[in-house]
Amino acid sequence: MGDALPKVELQRTVAAKLREFLPGRAVLWEEEDTRPYECDGLTAYRQVPMVVALPETEEQVQRVLRACHSLGVPVVPRGAGTGLSGGALPPGEGVLLSLAKFMRVLRLDPLARVAVVQPGVRNAAISDVAAPFGLYYAPDPSSQIACTIGGNVAENSGGVHCLKYGLTVHNVLRVRGFTIEGEPVDFGSEALDSPGYDLLALAIGSEGLLAVTTEVTVKLLPKPEAARVVMASFDDVQKAGDAVAAVIAAGIVPAGLEMMDRPATRASEEYARAGYDTEAAAILLCECDGTAADVEAEIAQVREVLARAGATRMTVSASEAERLRFWSGRKAAFPAVGRISPDYYCMDGTIPRKRLGEVLRFIGAMEKKYGLRCPNVFHAGDGNLHPLILFDANDPDQLRRTEEFSAEVLEKCIEVGGTITGEHGVGVEKINQMCAQFRPEELEMFHAVKRAFDPKGLLNPGKAVPTLARCAEFGRRHVHAGKAAHPELPRF
Amino acid sequence: MASEKELTERILEARAAKRALRIRGGGTKDFYGNEPRGEPLDTRAHAGIVEYEPTELVITARCGTSLVELQALLEKHNQMLAFEPPHFGAGATLGGCVAAGLSGPRRASAGALRDFVLGTRIIDGGGRELAFGGRVMKNVAGYDLSRLLAGSLGTLGLILEVSLKVLPRPKAERTLKLELPQAKALESLNRWAAQPLPITASAWEDGELSLRLSGADDALRAAAGRLGGETLAPDAAAAFWRDVREHAAPFFAGEAPLWRLSVPSNAPAIELPGAQLIEWGGALRWLTTNADAATVRAAAAHAAGHATLFRAREKAAGAFAPLSPLLARLHRDLKTAFDPAGIFNPGRLYEGF
Repeated sequence: MGDALPKVELQRTVAAKLREFLPGRAVLWEEEDTRPYECDGLTAYRQVPMVVALPETEEQVQRVLRACHSLGVPVVPRGAGTGLSGGALPPGEGVLLSLAKFMRVLRLDPLARVAVVQPGVRNAAISDVAAPFGLYYAPDPSSQIACTIGGNVAENSGGVHCLKYGLTVHNVLRVRGFTIEGEPVDFGSEALDSPGYDLLALAIGSEGLLAVTTEVTVKLLPKPEAARVVMASFDDVQKAGDAVAAVIAAGIVPAGLEMMDRPATRASEEYARAGYDTEAAAILLCECDGTAADVEAEIAQVREVLARAGATRMTVSASEAERLRFWSGRKAAFPAVGRISPDYYCMDGTIPRKRLGEVLRFIGAMEKKYGLRCPNVFHAGDGNLHPLILFDANDPDQLRRTEEFSAEVLEKCIEVGGTITGEHGVGVEKINQMCAQFRPEELEMFHAVKRAFDPKGLLNPGKAVPTLARCAEFGRRHVHAGKAAHPELPRF
Repeated sequence: MASEKELTERILEARAAKRALRIRGGGTKDFYGNEPRGEPLDTRAHAGIVEYEPTELVITARCGTSLVELQALLEKHNQMLAFEPPHFGAGATLGGCVAAGLSGPRRASAGALRDFVLGTRIIDGGGRELAFGGRVMKNVAGYDLSRLLAGSLGTLGLILEVSLKVLPRPKAERTLKLELPQAKALESLNRWAAQPLPITASAWEDGELSLRLSGADDALRAAAGRLGGETLAPDAAAAFWRDVREHAAPFFAGEAPLWRLSVPSNAPAIELPGAQLIEWGGALRWLTTNADAATVRAAAAHAAGHATLFRAREKAAGAFAPLSPLLARLHRDLKTAFDPAGIFNPGRLYEGF
């Protein structure tokens, strides 16, 4: 039916249908009202939605889904819109389903250490309400003051502490949601496992393609008794990379292990004044947490390992304020880079740590090839790179060069045995690179999984998994190194 | 080494003849789930470590790899499988371990098997070799089908290879024994878990609570001072946790059916006839009882959990708690996506697929 009607008529039909059960202020279709929803954190892609629905109860969500399902209209769920891969890019002829009004913490049980929250609750707000009980929610994406738990579930978000504390999938017990047909479904439970297939693990990171999340039960952890950060300078990026491996080899799993190269520390330092060594080729931030005794022992060990690995300078945070200041520069890296360039483009590849030097050299070569600067911040502990390409979106040629630059870097990540996205998701942004990372039969399996949940393909269509036709087209335009060169190699 | 080609051929033959295959490693978990059916497809010859670089904290190995050998290799590098999988016999393989999806005493603190699965390579029911996930810690490209395979009891595909995250072994461990009645033990376990204490395993049985602490020596001493109780000798402690994990403890020796109740850790004592052993800070309750299945399942559901008939002479009631109609439909549709002809381990998880 969606195809049969001209857009204006479809818009009228859908809006009228939603108005049957949603108040007027919860159904937007005038362009001045819908334009704020035209993009998420990936601003290069924009599409004004046909209709925006802002339900505030589960029953309303259910009815929106039923209505769209019966009309054959696509639905795109959206949280805070901070996603960096265009996962919440609206459908041109569908409904953008905002969960922004689902802002309540429904229950917090300090004894069971769980919080039941609505999807529009901000990541950092969970830790705020848990703080009086000495508890917190571990995953801490850099956007945590703005991003919501519903979006975190969709993207399986990580953060700077996931080497030790895991990603969203490790910290969520239960996701309640609705299928596109409007049927309520619970994935997981407040027990540690559920009978049958692990649909909770499948739902988390599914980028809003399988169900619409309306409630999330998260695990809360006791705040570590103590936490301290070692900040270490290196005169060479490769040495810093080797130091990371040396820390792991010493049997230490730091709470956080981050690297920033000089362009990144310089940008950040100007903005956040965290006290970074801007002369160093790279700095490492290594956080140890646990009981006070554990932290003292581990910090001493880390210092020794880093000294042996060639650290030229080391500072250990002497107070909680100083620890937070050290992190503030890292967490502000993206906005800081935003100040030194009209636009920046953040990549999210993950690589085996031992290939870091090679990949950073490759990025350096790409800077020259495309004539664009690219500071690097790196979740070094888990191999997750965030190169930031600086460009000016008003210059179409720079935009094109940026896209080609990032495509080459992502394909390099695949070539060295990594992945095109560690925590930001595929969305629309990396959909072509999915064709490089997966073979047609694997993509077919993803589509088959999607059909099990959403046979008509109405939920967040066109995201996360490319069609085989798209990959064929992409392959014709763009034969790339790693995979095409060695089609016989199993790659995973 | 059985080649992938041979395994693929067996699968294609079975599909053509519409014959069920029973994927099997060491057979140590034959008892688990519903009665295995079909002609055995032995995975043991497809063995070996594919890649292990300790500083990457990742090991990749083939399905037939002996779990004992894999763990010995990790131990040599002072690393471990943090989910502490039960073997249930000398011949346990990595593939069986992942397919069963079971975790041991460290689960409540370190995470479950599925939390450590980073990537898999499988052969699906159509004989296609497919790879999901990878060998890196963070990877959100595509649906997380590797974790879906963990605990799927071989019903979705033959797992050829698995990449697992590994962790360093704790610097030191110490086991404490405390006298505590059940209600008090449950309350204490939950209270302690909300504090930064290095508790990495717990087992309560018959008024006695055992706690394992892991970490630096000083930290263990400090925690032991706070918790009280008696410290077990290191050898006795290691044997104790091994016996709990492997169900070699006297509690598991009886003839009565053994149930596994997975419930929220703070669920109150579950009043059912029979004996209970409580692990995972209260979240796992082993129950030996002759009570009927409906009674046990109702009690688990009442506690917001579920009950698995773990070991029993007959499992007419089904090994696993029934699914809601919607979840059952999703299970069937996912099974069809992976194994349209229904040849892999039919009925092992649920009747009908």
